Amino acid sequence: MAVAFDEMTEADGRVRPVYAGLENWLRGLPPEVLEHRRREAEFLFRRIGITFAVYGESDSTERLIPFDVLPRILSSDEWTRLRLGLEQRSKAINLYIKDVYGRREALRAGIIPEDLVFQNPVFRPEMNGLKVPHDIYVHVAGIDIVRVDPDTFYVLEDNARTPSGVSYMLENREIMMRLFPELLSRHRVAPVENYPDELLATLKSVAPKTVSADPTVVLLTPGIYNSAYYEHSFLADKLGIELVEGRDVVVKGQIAYMRTTEGLKRIDVIYRRIDDDFLDPLSFRPDSALGVPGLMAVYQAGNLTLANAVGTGIADDKAVYSYMPEIVKFFLGEEPILKNVPTWRCREPEHLSYVLDNLEELVVKEVHGSGGYGMLIGPKSDQATIAAFRAKLKSDPKNFIAQPTLALSTCPTCVEEGVAPRHVDLRPFVLTGRDRIRIVPGGLTRVALKRGSLVVNSSQGGGTKDTWVLDT
Amino acid sequence: MLSRTADNLYWLARYIERAEYLARVLEATLRLTALPLAYVGSTNEWESAVATAGCRKAFFARYSEANEENVSEFLAFSSENPSSIRNCIEIARTNARAVRTALTTETWETINGAWLELKRFGNGPTSREEFLRFLHWVQETSLRFDGSAYRTMLRNDVYWFSRLGLYIERADNTARILDVKYHMLLPADEHVGGPLDYYQWAAILRTVSALTAYHWVYRESLKPWLVADLLILNEQMPRSLASCYENLVRFCDSIATTYGRQGPAQRQARTIRTRLQNSRMEEIFQTGLHEFISEFVADNNALGAAVSSQYLM
Repeated sequence: MAVAFDEMTEADGRVRPVYAGLENWLRGLPPEVLEHRRREAEFLFRRIGITFAVYGESDSTERLIPFDVLPRILSSDEWTRLRLGLEQRSKAINLYIKDVYGRREALRAGIIPEDLVFQNPVFRPEMNGLKVPHDIYVHVAGIDIVRVDPDTFYVLEDNARTPSGVSYMLENREIMMRLFPELLSRHRVAPVENYPDELLATLKSVAPKTVSADPTVVLLTPGIYNSAYYEHSFLADKLGIELVEGRDVVVKGQIAYMRTTEGLKRIDVIYRRIDDDFLDPLSFRPDSALGVPGLMAVYQAGNLTLANAVGTGIADDKAVYSYMPEIVKFFLGEEPILKNVPTWRCREPEHLSYVLDNLEELVVKEVHGSGGYGMLIGPKSDQATIAAFRAKLKSDPKNFIAQPTLALSTCPTCVEEGVAPRHVDLRPFVLTGRDRIRIVPGGLTRVALKRGSLVVNSSQGGGTKDTWVLDT
Repeated sequence: MLSRTADNLYWLARYIERAEYLARVLEATLRLTALPLAYVGSTNEWESAVATAGCRKAFFARYSEANEENVSEFLAFSSENPSSIRNCIEIARTNARAVRTALTTETWETINGAWLELKRFGNGPTSREEFLRFLHWVQETSLRFDGSAYRTMLRNDVYWFSRLGLYIERADNTARILDVKYHMLLPADEHVGGPLDYYQWAAILRTVSALTAYHWVYRESLKPWLVADLLILNEQMPRSLASCYENLVRFCDSIATTYGRQGPAQRQARTIRTRLQNSRMEEIFQTGLHEFISEFVADNNALGAAVSSQYLM
C-alpha cells in the first residue's frame, strides 16, 4: 500500500499552505494543553448529552463519539470543486430515481441492469408512477468523500435515505469555538451554523403544491432508543419544529395530523428519520410499531411530502454506486466532477475472477451493508479470514463489490502518543429544495483513531473532527 | 404542542418533586430515630416513613420488617420500587430526554447532570453521613430544576404543563403526610399524645420544609392544629394544599386562555380551590380531618385524570 497523503505535511516535510496557521500554533503549544482541551471537550459533550447508542451493547446504551480537537482543513478552492461535484451528483441522483419510478429511460438504454433495480429489496413498487412534490426525492443527501492525493477526491458512498451526522458537524464547531476561540478567529473559518435554517428553507420549499400558506414541517423519529435520537431532537430544536413519533401522528381522510394539546393539527412535510420499512405498517413491515398506519395513502394522495422520499435506496445501494458515473453522464450530459473509487462488480464474471485472484489487495463490501460491517479488508486480514470470505463471495457473488485498498489521506490527530497522522473521510450534506441546492461549507470529518485503521465508522471506534474551509 | 410532549413535561416535574419529597421524608425520619425513645415514643418511624411515601404494600411484599436499612434502600435506591428516588430521577431524565427540545439548556443540564451524578452514589451509601449527603443532594437537584425552570423557561404551555405536574404532585405529597400523621394533629381537647408528639410535629414540618415558616407565621410554639392549618389552609405556605391550588388554578387558566378553551381540568381545579378557601380548621376537625384529607387526595387525583384526558392523550 502506498504511503498515505497527509493533508498537513507533504512527503518532503513541507507544510501545505492551508495548514500553515495550525502547524505554527501547534508548534508553540505546551504538550499538556491539547490533552487538557480534549478532556474539556469530552466533559462538554457528555454534559450536553451528545451521545449515540450502539445496537447490541446492553451495558452502555449511551456512548460518546470521540472528538478530536485538531481540525481538518480544506482550502476554498478545494471546497469549490467538491461543492460543484456534489451538486452535480445530487442532481443526477434525483433525476435517476424519478426515472426508475417513472419512464425508465436509463434502464431501457442499458445504463444500469434492470435486475439490479427491480430485484433490489430497497426498490419500492409502491412508488411506481407516483408523482412526488416538485420531483424531488432526495432532499438531504450525505455523500461520503475520501481523498487520496492533493487533487483526487473520490465519492466512497452515496447516502440517499436518512443520512445522519450533521448534528456532530454543528456541535463540533460549537465546541471548537468554546475551546479555541483565538485559533478560530485567526483562521476566519467559513461558518456552518446556518445549516438548520438552510434545512428548514429546503423542507418548506418542497411542501405539496396544495398547501397554501406556511407549511407545517415535523421531524419523525423512531424514538429515544434510536441510535441517532440525539441528532433528531437537536435538529427539531434548531429548526423549531415538532419532534414526532409514530404514535403522535394520525391519518384521517388522507390527511396526516399530529395530536397536540389543542387537538389535531395538519402536517404538510415530514422530515423522516425512520426507514422505509418502518414508515407505515399498512404498506411495509406490518410489525412496525414505530410508523404511522395509513401514511403512504396520504403520501400517494399528494397531501404530504416525505423527505427523503420513499424508495431512494435504489440510488445509494453499493451495487448501483458503480454505475453512478454513467448515470451522471446519461442524465446531465456532463462528465462527473467527482470520481468514483474504481469498483469491481462481482456480479460480472471477469470482475469476479479478478477479485478472487486479488483478495489480499482489495476491500470487498456487501452490496447492502452499511456501517463498516460485513466487509473484508484484504491487506489487514489473515489467510483464514480471507479463505472464509472467499467462500462467501463465491456462493453469492452478486452480493459483493470490491475496491482497491485506498491510501486514504491522513490528518494530524491528537492520540495517546501525541499528535500523529490518522486516516479521515468527509461527509458533506447536500440539501435539495424546489428553488436550489444548498450545501454549507465543510461537513462531518470522520477519523479512524486506531493507528493504520481505515474504518472511520463511529460504531467501530472512529471519531470526528471539526472541518474548516478557509479562504487562502 | 404535542400531547406527548406535554405528558413528558408533566411527569418530568412530578417525578423530580416526588424525589425531593422522599428525600425529605427520609431525612426527617433519620432525625426522629436519632432521638432517645423517651422523646418520640415507641412507634416504628421507619414503617411510618414507608406509609408516608405511599408504598406500604410494595414494601411489605419484599420485606418483613421496616428498619433503617430496608427502608432507606427501598425508598432511595431500589430499582424494584418504581418510585424510589433513583427511579424518580431515572424516569424524570427519560422524560426530559424525550422532550429536550422543549427544555432550556439550563433545565436539561440540571436533569442530565443529576442523572450522571446519581451513578456516583452507586448502589447506596456506605455510611449515614454519605446517605445524608445524598438526601441533601436530591433536594438541591429539585431546587436547581425548579430554579432553572423558573429563571429560564418561556412562560408558555411548556412551562405551565410542567408546573401542573409539580403542584399536583406536591399537593398529593402534603396530603399524604397529613393522612399518615393526622392522629397527631387533632385539636387540644381530643389530643391524647402529650409532649412526646412535639418531635413528631417538628418532623412533619421538616418534611415539607416548613419548620421555620411555622414560627414566622404563628409566632407560637408548635401546636398540632396550627401545624394542620399551615399545611392545609395557609396560602403563604408554598407546600400547603391551598397554595398548591392557587397555583394549579392559575396555570390551568393560563393554558385555557392561550388555547381559548376551558374544560373539565379548569373546573375541577377551581372547585377544589373554592372548597379550600371556604374551609375553616374548626369545621375540618369537626367533620373529621381524616375524611377531609382522603377526599382531598381523591379530588386531587381526579384533577390529574382531567388534565390527562384533556391535554395529554
